[in-house]
Amino acid sequence: MRGRPFAIVFLVLVASVAAAQVANPDEALDDPALEARARALDAAFRCVVCQSQSIADSDAPLAKDMRVLIREQIAGGASDAEVRAFLLTRYGDYVLLKPRLTGGTAALWLGPALFGALGIAGAVVFLRRAGRNFAEASAGGAGPDSDDPDDGPPDGRDP
Amino acid sequence: MKASPLVFAPLIAFAVIAAAFAVSLTRDPSTIPSALIDRPAPTFDLAGIGGADGLSTDDLRGGVTLLNVFGSWCVSCRVEHPFLLELAADPSVRLYGLNWKDPPEAAQNWLDRLGDPYAKIGADEDGRVAIDFGVTGAPETFVIDRDGRIRFRYVGPLSPETWVQEIRPIIAAIENDGDPYAR
Repeated sequence: MRGRPFAIVFLVLVASVAAAQVANPDEALDDPALEARARALDAAFRCVVCQSQSIADSDAPLAKDMRVLIREQIAGGASDAEVRAFLLTRYGDYVLLKPRLTGGTAALWLGPALFGALGIAGAVVFLRRAGRNFAEASAGGAGPDSDDPDDGPPDGRDP
Repeated sequence: MKASPLVFAPLIAFAVIAAAFAVSLTRDPSTIPSALIDRPAPTFDLAGIGGADGLSTDDLRGGVTLLNVFGSWCVSCRVEHPFLLELAADPSVRLYGLNWKDPPEAAQNWLDRLGDPYAKIGADEDGRVAIDFGVTGAPETFVIDRDGRIRFRYVGPLSPETWVQEIRPIIAAIENDGDPYAR
């Protein structure tokens, strides 16, 4: 019971943070479904002034202009794809926070998978070799690759 | 002991990564490349400031144009302003202004106080034309060819150095395009 006032204070604080994230009321559309679409788009575009923020997070006047523009287009019946195309033709791929897969961004998208595959391949090769060397050493005899000096203990010196 | 060719793999990997970093060092990641290079300038028709003639897409045809995005609220525009006045004295340069998100009185006051380098100004009070141009901040200067196509964008204040090193060579190249319909 002693914890309850504390919990209430905590909830009030959390709620106030959530309220602070609500977009500027003079920008918001009246239709909640359209406003939800506009919010999703806001979060997908980079603010070209501050660059590390989406236009949803930015206080820059240009970001506000873009939020208003997105809402105007959505209210006018534009699809999400049309809004994206509108900003892409003006600002290029830079305006997307999640870059598209193109020749220039292929390394970005495929690089992690490539390096992951290389690492797994390297680990498999290493473990196989280590396992073979261990089997040879414990058998005390020459394996099929005994002519390769890199590939196991030198013959005759093993007990 | 025979050396596997794999021993060179780390060296080659290092060389590739070093080359990629060397190239990236020469670029400024904060300058967003314009998506409109070699595309026609967006269509617009803006009113002027203080009763002067405005600026529209048609004004961009027939000669190489510098379109300078400025605002009285923009500190760097103040920095480049004296150089713009110098440019305005050169009759071979056609300099137009796009007054971005500025109350007309503030723009008029700026021009009265500091001088007006622009042959024509369009007042883009709500910033829509600037978004059509893909403007990311002020000042920005577009070089537009005689067919109304955007050929170059410079981000930041113009100076005698940037003029000589970047803008003037591009204007010269555009004028030497060999357009059969011009001149």
